[in-house]
Amino acid sequence: MINEWGGQAGRLSGVRVLAAMSGGVDSAVAAARAVAAGHDVTGVHLALSKNAATHRTGARGCCTKEDAHDARRSADVLGIPFYVWDMAERFHEDVVEDFVAEYAAGRTPNPCLRCNEKIKFAAVLDRALALGFDAVVTGHHARLGADGLLRRSVDLAKDQSYVLAVLNSEQLGHSMFPLGDSTKEQVRAEAHARGLAVADKPDSHDICFIADGDTQGFLRKHLGSEPGDIVDAGTGEVLGKHDGAFAYTVGQRKGLALGRPAPDGRPRYVLSITPVTNTVTVGPAEALEVSQVDGTRTVWIAGEPPVGPIECEVQLRAHGRPAPAVVELDGSAMSARLRRPERGIAAGQAVVAYRPDPAGDIVLGSATITTAS
Amino acid sequence: MAYLDHAATTPMLPEALDAYVATAREVGNASSLHGAGRAARRRVEESRERIAAVLGARPSEVIFTGGGTESDNLAIKGVYWARRPEGRTKVLAGAVEHHAVLDAVHWLGEHEGAEVVSLPVDHEGRVRPEVLAEALDDTVALVSVMWANNEVGTVQPIAELAALAAARGVPLHTDAVQAVGQVPVDYAASGVAALTVTGHKLGGPLGVGALVLGRDVACTPLLHGGGQERDVRSGTLDVPGIVSFAVAVEHAVKHQEQHAQRLAALRDELIERVRAVVPDAVLNGAPTDRPGARLPGNAHFGFPGCEGDALLLLLDAQDIAVSTGSACSAGVAQPSHVLLEMGADPLAARTSLRFTLGHTSTRADLDALITALPPAVDRARRAGMSR
Ligand SMILES: Cc1ncc(COP(=O)(O)O)c(C=O)c1O
Repeated sequence: MINEWGGQAGRLSGVRVLAAMSGGVDSAVAAARAVAAGHDVTGVHLALSKNAATHRTGARGCCTKEDAHDARRSADVLGIPFYVWDMAERFHEDVVEDFVAEYAAGRTPNPCLRCNEKIKFAAVLDRALALGFDAVVTGHHARLGADGLLRRSVDLAKDQSYVLAVLNSEQLGHSMFPLGDSTKEQVRAEAHARGLAVADKPDSHDICFIADGDTQGFLRKHLGSEPGDIVDAGTGEVLGKHDGAFAYTVGQRKGLALGRPAPDGRPRYVLSITPVTNTVTVGPAEALEVSQVDGTRTVWIAGEPPVGPIECEVQLRAHGRPAPAVVELDGSAMSARLRRPERGIAAGQAVVAYRPDPAGDIVLGSATITTAS
Repeated sequence: MAYLDHAATTPMLPEALDAYVATAREVGNASSLHGAGRAARRRVEESRERIAAVLGARPSEVIFTGGGTESDNLAIKGVYWARRPEGRTKVLAGAVEHHAVLDAVHWLGEHEGAEVVSLPVDHEGRVRPEVLAEALDDTVALVSVMWANNEVGTVQPIAELAALAAARGVPLHTDAVQAVGQVPVDYAASGVAALTVTGHKLGGPLGVGALVLGRDVACTPLLHGGGQERDVRSGTLDVPGIVSFAVAVEHAVKHQEQHAQRLAALRDELIERVRAVVPDAVLNGAPTDRPGARLPGNAHFGFPGCEGDALLLLLDAQDIAVSTGSACSAGVAQPSHVLLEMGADPLAARTSLRFTLGHTSTRADLDALITALPPAVDRARRAGMSR
């Protein structure tokens, strides 16, 4: 059976696929659909935490023993073999340490994106291919058709094409995303209908390796605290102190312990972080506006990279809204001229170019943001 | 299916299954005073006698438990607690013990003031008697050394170790879960103070076992309640489980010699054929030609350049059941402490795969393995060793 969501790999029937099963509802239903499509499916739960916590902390955490248990139960219900692969060390090096280093350098990383790039569709995919599997299937909300094009999910609120846009055509050629044509509600309903106990399990959110959601605390633990100045962009005046510039993100407003209000009485936002001087620069909202975004490490997935500027849309952060732009490539560099200014664009995030399309916006390519002005 | 994982659990013997089903049809709490209770009690006591008879113990020395893990915990914690007031706070345990022993010992170390001493093993996984002799002193509460290892199948010089301990007034507990039915096990002749046996490794049911415990060995209970088992263990007795367990133990011990001969021949063939198709496979543990050194049903290999996990997955896909022999937490394989203690480096330890044979094993199982193994090894080698 040829299916719509199988990507290039799915053009064949009965391929051997490895379903990455987090223990959540999405990956369970994705695996179920792969089984229903006639593929030979094996479930794998990735153990990403070196010391897996026994109990879930709130609704979070993709790395607990309970999640491994839930994934195993889903695999049982589907009647597929199931294993746990220990990826903790790689995850720590490639995702957690990278996350900390990026913050230390004054950038704002997206660890899910890094995990897709380095773990799920690299270490795991490589191992799967070597062991004789043809593809990896995941519960990401994005569409990957037989044309090889990656599109947004029909459920725009759950769309995860942004965190998949770092994958190259080779990686996408061995990937299947069975959920892209469904809303989250439909996925949950299907999980119910299939008797999967995870049907009502709360969504995981935030960062899986920061179980309590306290990113600043996590960074302080790893980077120590290093008091420095919070400086006004306009006047150069020192407005307050901070515990370490790394813990701030461009566009952030909360958590700025400023001693006094601005002369104009308006709120101030983080405009930039300068690790060398350990300075956080703040200013009014409009100073956050940028209309030029430059990126590096470009991955172009929709056909040949364009020569010359193209009109398209860009998304500049996870769950950000698309903005019309003119994008141009120069080797591994990408520049995007925004048709209207955007606020709070942080280095380290991805700029993802989309071509609007009635059948789902098509991911053209992505790059890692270096500067925005 | 080719089931090559009998050390994990072995199918029930038909006679043990029949005994289970027949007994499970009967009502009766062995502690009740009426006829039904007396009938149940009689079945339990007959079973106790049957087990005692074949294991060289007195019936009163057999304490029924919920299996190997419970027996190990009872022996270790119970004897430690009973002897601690005499100032005996050291617990000596073989370095390659099963987690049911190791974790109990470490728990005593972390929570109950025990001083834990690990008895190192040689490259075959054996505790040498001189190592124990050196470690014994007047502060030792107990020693625990397994009769035979569950991963690599190495048989320990139990009688020698027990004699050394006894000479210093120290009780020795041995986990004989893997040994009973595979090698001769005689409680009295061995000189050990306590011996663990479990049903499901010798053709009996899961969840039932025994601790053979000398009458003179003080042991503090872990489970308090009705005091059913010599006041050392409480809980309504699992009559069908116990009856079936006794049938299995009796059968296993009575047929041990011919069973071991058959298994050893099959196992030697397995080793030879594995080596023929994967010439660089490394056999871990004791040699097969030194009498009594290794369990007859055990073959344990390292496959250089392959992850044991990957091989398991690939063989499983061909319906061949094997084990990496390592402990799991959340199903994540850790490099085996047994191999590490035997001197393997962590990378080599991750290349290992255990094949264990039992009463239902046939040459056809070997044929299936030998067909599936070479391509699996090729594949696993290509997948390489992940970090
Ligand atoms: C050596 C050894 N000891 C103890 C146990 C635990 O026994 P049980 O499964 O009956 O709790 C096992 C088996 O898992 C074993 O191999």
